[in-house]
Amino acid sequence: MLRREALAKLTGRERYVDDLPLDDFLWGMTVRSPAPRGRIASVRFGKDIDWSRFVVVDHRDIPGPNVVALIEQDQPVLAAESVRHVHEPVLLLAHRSRAAVRSAARAVEVVVAEEPAALDFRAVPAPAQIQYGKDNVLKHLKIEKGDVERALARAPVVVAGTYETGAQEHVYLETQGMIAYLEGGVLVVKGSMQCPYYVLKALQHALGRDETRVRVIQTPTGGGFGGKEEFPSHIALHAALLALKSGRPVKLIYDRGEDMAATTKRHPALVRHRTGLARDGRLLAQDIEVVIDGGAYVTLSPVVLSRAIIHAAGPYACDNVRITGRAMFTNAVPFGAFRGFGAPQSQFAGERHMDVIARTLGVDPVELRRVNLLKDGQTTATGQVIRDGTDRVAVMERALELARYREKGHEHAGFNATHPTMRRGMGLATFYHGAGFTGGGEAALKSRLRVAGRADGGVEVLSANIEMGQGTLTVFTELAANRLGLEPDDVIIAEADTTRVPNSGPTVASRTTMIVGGLVERACDDLRRRVGLDDASRGQAVKDAIRRWHREHPGEPPIGEAAYERPPGIEWDDKTYRGDAYGAFAWAAYVTEVEVDLRTCGARVIDFVAVQEVGKVLNPTLARGQVQGGVVQGIGWALMEECKWQQGAMANNQLTNYLIPTSDDVPPVRVAFVENPYPHGAGGAKGLGELPIDGPAPAVVNAVARATGTDPRAIPVTPERLMELMENAVRG
Amino acid sequence: MTTLTVAFTLNGKPVSLDVAPADRLLDTLRYQLGLTGTKEGCGEGECGACTVYLDGLPVDSCLVPTFQMTGRRVETIESLDARSLAAFERCGATQCGACTPGVVMTAWWIREHPDLLGSHTVRELMAGNLCRCTGYDGIIDAVTEAVGGEGRENRKR
Ligand code: FES
Ligand code: FES
Repeated sequence: MLRREALAKLTGRERYVDDLPLDDFLWGMTVRSPAPRGRIASVRFGKDIDWSRFVVVDHRDIPGPNVVALIEQDQPVLAAESVRHVHEPVLLLAHRSRAAVRSAARAVEVVVAEEPAALDFRAVPAPAQIQYGKDNVLKHLKIEKGDVERALARAPVVVAGTYETGAQEHVYLETQGMIAYLEGGVLVVKGSMQCPYYVLKALQHALGRDETRVRVIQTPTGGGFGGKEEFPSHIALHAALLALKSGRPVKLIYDRGEDMAATTKRHPALVRHRTGLARDGRLLAQDIEVVIDGGAYVTLSPVVLSRAIIHAAGPYACDNVRITGRAMFTNAVPFGAFRGFGAPQSQFAGERHMDVIARTLGVDPVELRRVNLLKDGQTTATGQVIRDGTDRVAVMERALELARYREKGHEHAGFNATHPTMRRGMGLATFYHGAGFTGGGEAALKSRLRVAGRADGGVEVLSANIEMGQGTLTVFTELAANRLGLEPDDVIIAEADTTRVPNSGPTVASRTTMIVGGLVERACDDLRRRVGLDDASRGQAVKDAIRRWHREHPGEPPIGEAAYERPPGIEWDDKTYRGDAYGAFAWAAYVTEVEVDLRTCGARVIDFVAVQEVGKVLNPTLARGQVQGGVVQGIGWALMEECKWQQGAMANNQLTNYLIPTSDDVPPVRVAFVENPYPHGAGGAKGLGELPIDGPAPAVVNAVARATGTDPRAIPVTPERLMELMENAVRG
Repeated sequence: MTTLTVAFTLNGKPVSLDVAPADRLLDTLRYQLGLTGTKEGCGEGECGACTVYLDGLPVDSCLVPTFQMTGRRVETIESLDARSLAAFERCGATQCGACTPGVVMTAWWIREHPDLLGSHTVRELMAGNLCRCTGYDGIIDAVTEAVGGEGRENRKR
C-alpha cells in the first residue's frame, strides 16, 4: 500500500502547525539565559520599547507548580531565581507582529550573577561545580554477569580502548512549534509532537487543570527522531501561558537557530572497554564503562543510560560481563531522546572496539564476530536467553556477500598500493536493537487503543500514536484492513486528539508497529465480536454487521478495545538489571566501502549495504525508507555532524555550519531484509525505526581506519580530525 | 512602518500587495497570501524547503526580499500538476513531508530541463534540497523515473 498521506505532502496541501489558519493571534517568543549557571540578578527591559503593547509572562504567571513534569520534577517551565544552562527560558513575550516580538526579545537583558559551571562531563567536578547529589551523577546503573575480574585475570589477552561520540542535532526539517488558545473554558494546544499524552500531563501539572479543561492535538509532524518526544511539553506550556494571560490565540514557532540552540540533542558519550579474550578471539570477559552527558536537568537521561548499557556488550555471547553506566549533570543545554536512545553511542564503541581487538590479535574482523555472535540458547549481558531462530551469522554473511566484502578487500589492496591520492577500505558492524520500552516499561505504560465501527460500515482507529514520517497512518491502516478483510479506504485513522483517543503510549522506542500495531489487531477482533461476529468473519460481513449495529443502536457506535498484555515468559528485575530487557531484538549487519582523499582528508561513503532481521516486513517501501534514512543520519553523525560548544550551548546553530548529508554526500543505500516473523508483534513485525542508526557510525569508521591505517576512536571523523590522525600515524 | 506596494504574477495570476521592506518572499507567500505549501526549513538558503520558481528559475524564497518581485513571475508548489506525482508516491520520496514541496519543485525543474542530465547526476542536482528522513534514495529513484518521461511511468503502473 502507498503512503496514505503522500499526495497531500507532495502537493504541499498537508497542514503543519505553522500552516494552520488562525485568527487574530499573537506571535510568542522566548527570552533566554545568557549564562550557563548563576542567580538571576535582574531582568532589564529596554527603554525604547512600549512594553504595554506586549504580553509578558514570567514564572509568577504559572498557576501550578513551576515544573515540566517528566521523570524527575526538576526542570522549571520558566527560570525563577537561578539558571542552570545557557538558553534556559526566563521570560515569554507575545505581540501581533512577529518582527516586533523578535526585536523586543532582543531588548530584554537577563542579568545573571554567574557561578562556576560544570561543562565537561568527562572531568571530575570541583566542589564548587557540584549541583546534583554529592558528585553530579544523575544516575548510576550496573549490569553484572559472571565474574569479570577473575576472567580478566585469567584471560590470555586483554584489549582496552576508550571511545567517544559527540552530540547530534536532530534536524527534523520542520522546526518545533505550538499554538494555544481557549475554547470556552478549555485550553487547546496543537502542535508538532510525538507524545500527545506527555504534553497533556505537563500542561495539567503546571497549569493546575484537570483533563477536562485541557485538550492536546498533534498536527502533522515534520520529522521527530526523538527530538519531539519530551521537548514539545516546554513549548506547549510557554504558548499556553501566553494564551492564558492574553486571552488570545498564541503561536510559538522556533526558527532554525533557536531550535538548534535551545532544544535537546543526542547525549555525548565516553565508553571504556577492557576485554579478555582467548587467542582465537573468543570473548572471555567484557568490562565496560559508559558515561553520558545529561546536561542541566534529568530529562530522560536515566532511561537513555539504561538502553545504552543494555546494548553496550553487543550481540555477542560472553559469560563474564560487567557494564557500569553514569549519566552526568553538567550545565549544558539538556540532552534528550534521539533515535537509538543511547544504543548508537554504546554500539559505536563496541563495534569499533571489535575491530581494534581484531587488529591487536591479528584476526579477521569477520571471524572475530563469527565466533562471538549470539547463537540461540545463549544469553545477553542481562541474562536474557535468545531463542528466536534467527541465524545471526547468516545475516552477516548476506551483508558481506551483497557488498562483495572479500573481493573488494583484495581490489583495495591493489588500488591503495597504486593510487596516488585515494585510499579505500571496507568496514563492518554487527549489532542489535531491542524494541519497545525496556524491561517492565511496556507493562507500566498500560497502553490502550480503540477501533470504532462507523455508520458506513468502515472503521476508525483511535490511538495516540502519531505520524511523523515513519508511516504510522499507513501501517495502522494496513493492519486494520487486513485484520477485518476491508479495503484501506474503509479505514480512517483518527487525529491524535486527547479528548478523543485513548492513551496508547508515546510514539517512541520503535514500539508503534510492533506493540501498538498489535493493539490495533486485537481491537479489531474485539470490535468484530462486539457486533456479533466470530474471528473468521471478514470483509462485507463485517461491514454489514457494523451497519446493522448502527441501525439498532443509533448514536452509539460499536467500539472494540485492546489493552497491552505482556507476552508470556518475559521477566525483568529492575533492581538487579537481570532478565528479559526487551520482548524482541532486531539484528543487523552493515557493510560499507569508504574512499578517503589524501589531499583533503575527506572520507566519503561510496557503497553501503544494510541487512537486517526485523521480523516480518509489513510494508517494504516504508521499511526500506526507514533504513535508508537512518543509515544516512548515521553517516552524518560519523563523518560530519559536529556540535561546537560554547558555555555548554551549541555555537554552530545553523545549517550553514552544522552540516548534514546532502544527496550528493551519500551513495544509494542497498537494503535487504531477512524475515523471521516475531509471534508477538503485529503481523509478525519487530521494531525497526531505531535499529538503522546503530550501525553506520562504527561500520564507516572501521572502513576509514582500514583505508588509512589510522585508528580513530571518536566521532565525527571530520577532515580536520582525520588529518591529525594521519599526521600522527606518519610521525609514528 | 513604511510599506511598499509590489505587483507581480503569482501562479499565473496578477497580485498586488503592501509589504515591509524586510519581508521575505517566503513569509509573504505563507502568511499574507495563505500559500503554505512552501516551507521554511532553515531561513538561510541551506535546505531548499522554500524553493519557488522566480522567472522560471528555482530559488530559495527565504533569501528573496518581496519588494524585489515587482513585474516578475513567481510560481509555487500550488501551481504544479498533482497528476504526475505517481513516481514520488510509489518510490517513497516523501516521509515527514517537510522537505517535500521543495524537493518536488526542484525535481520538476530538472524534468523540464533534461539537458542538465548530460552534465550532472540527479544526486548532484538534488543536493540543494536537504531531507532528513528518506536518506535520499526514494527521492533520487522518483526523480530518475520522472525525468524518464510519463510513458515509462505509465508502463510501470
Ligand atoms: S528555508 Fe529557504 S533554504 Fe531553507
Ligand atoms: S521527508 Fe522528512 S525531511 Fe524529507
